[in-house]
Amino acid sequence: MRLPPFQTLIDAHASELHRFLSATVGPTEADDCLQETFISALRAYPRLRDASNLRAWLYTIAQRKATDAARRWKRQRAEGFDGIDLPVPAHDVADESLWLAVRGLPPKQRAAVVHRFVFDLAFREIGQRMAITEEAARQNVHAGIRRLRLEMDR
Amino acid sequence: MKEIERRLAAVPVPPLDVERLGAGLRERATRDGLLDVAYATADSPLGPLTVFVTPTGLLRIRYQDEPLEATLQKTADRVSPRILEAPERTDVVRRELEEYFAGRRRSFDVPLDWRLVRGFAIDVLRATSRVPFGAVTTYGAVATEAGSPRAYRAAGNALGSNPIPIVVPCHRVVHSGGGLGGYTGGIARKEYLLTLEGSIPAQG
Repeated sequence: MRLPPFQTLIDAHASELHRFLSATVGPTEADDCLQETFISALRAYPRLRDASNLRAWLYTIAQRKATDAARRWKRQRAEGFDGIDLPVPAHDVADESLWLAVRGLPPKQRAAVVHRFVFDLAFREIGQRMAITEEAARQNVHAGIRRLRLEMDR
Repeated sequence: MKEIERRLAAVPVPPLDVERLGAGLRERATRDGLLDVAYATADSPLGPLTVFVTPTGLLRIRYQDEPLEATLQKTADRVSPRILEAPERTDVVRRELEEYFAGRRRSFDVPLDWRLVRGFAIDVLRATSRVPFGAVTTYGAVATEAGSPRAYRAAGNALGSNPIPIVVPCHRVVHSGGGLGGYTGGIARKEYLLTLEGSIPAQG
């Protein structure tokens, strides 16, 4: 099977993946997550069986790295209650409470919400990027938003 | 638009520092043994040259006539798709080329990776590598040196598809009748190299 040289994947997708990760895990951790994403991809690349949607493949890996980061962050926060110094929460933006809630969403809902509202993508495009159906994309966005509303109303 | 959606859309995204990402990736990939082919392009009197290196050695030198995309894809197919633009990994080769073009170097010391060459062509190109700076030889002589005196046509083909021009000096192979013969990078480049080495007199 023909795989394009890996450099072309970086050139084509680094900046959109960076945007995705900045919105998903926050700007502080986005750089690390992006590097981790490409290193994992590079490691698995020669064994890849299906090269028809490399973009969705990269998003899947980025989504996983974002989940790892969110988990790490939750653990650190839990430890923080025991008096350990907390790293500055990732989103240094005014709307911190909302972004903390976004990070708390299940991975698919989180990715779908970011694709929909940060990138302003249609459900069909979201489905393509996440390698899920248009309908599944719609459901994930709606479930995610519903959950965010509940969180924010609390 | 509803409140929460509007707030989500307002997230500020910092610009990506491409240089920093690239440097970090190259360092990690090298450390973890994931960088199979590194490449970089540099100027030369013969136009931009793209140099490809593997952990084994110098794999390929590309003249700008072939689109970079095509060379990259060929390299991905033949060697590995784990290819990154990594200038620091090609520094040694690029420095030696610079010295050669400046007239300060007569032979190259970098190790070579012969992976792109097969069969008889390897013998032909190795024989070509032994032709010293300032000398020329013929297609027949190279074929003989490679062990098949009558295979001068095959020798010509091997030289014509030399993946490492300049460093494997296929420009030093000319016709026995006195003509310069062909060259992968075009005859003007062959003339330039032979003039640089003093094998043909400078014009004008």
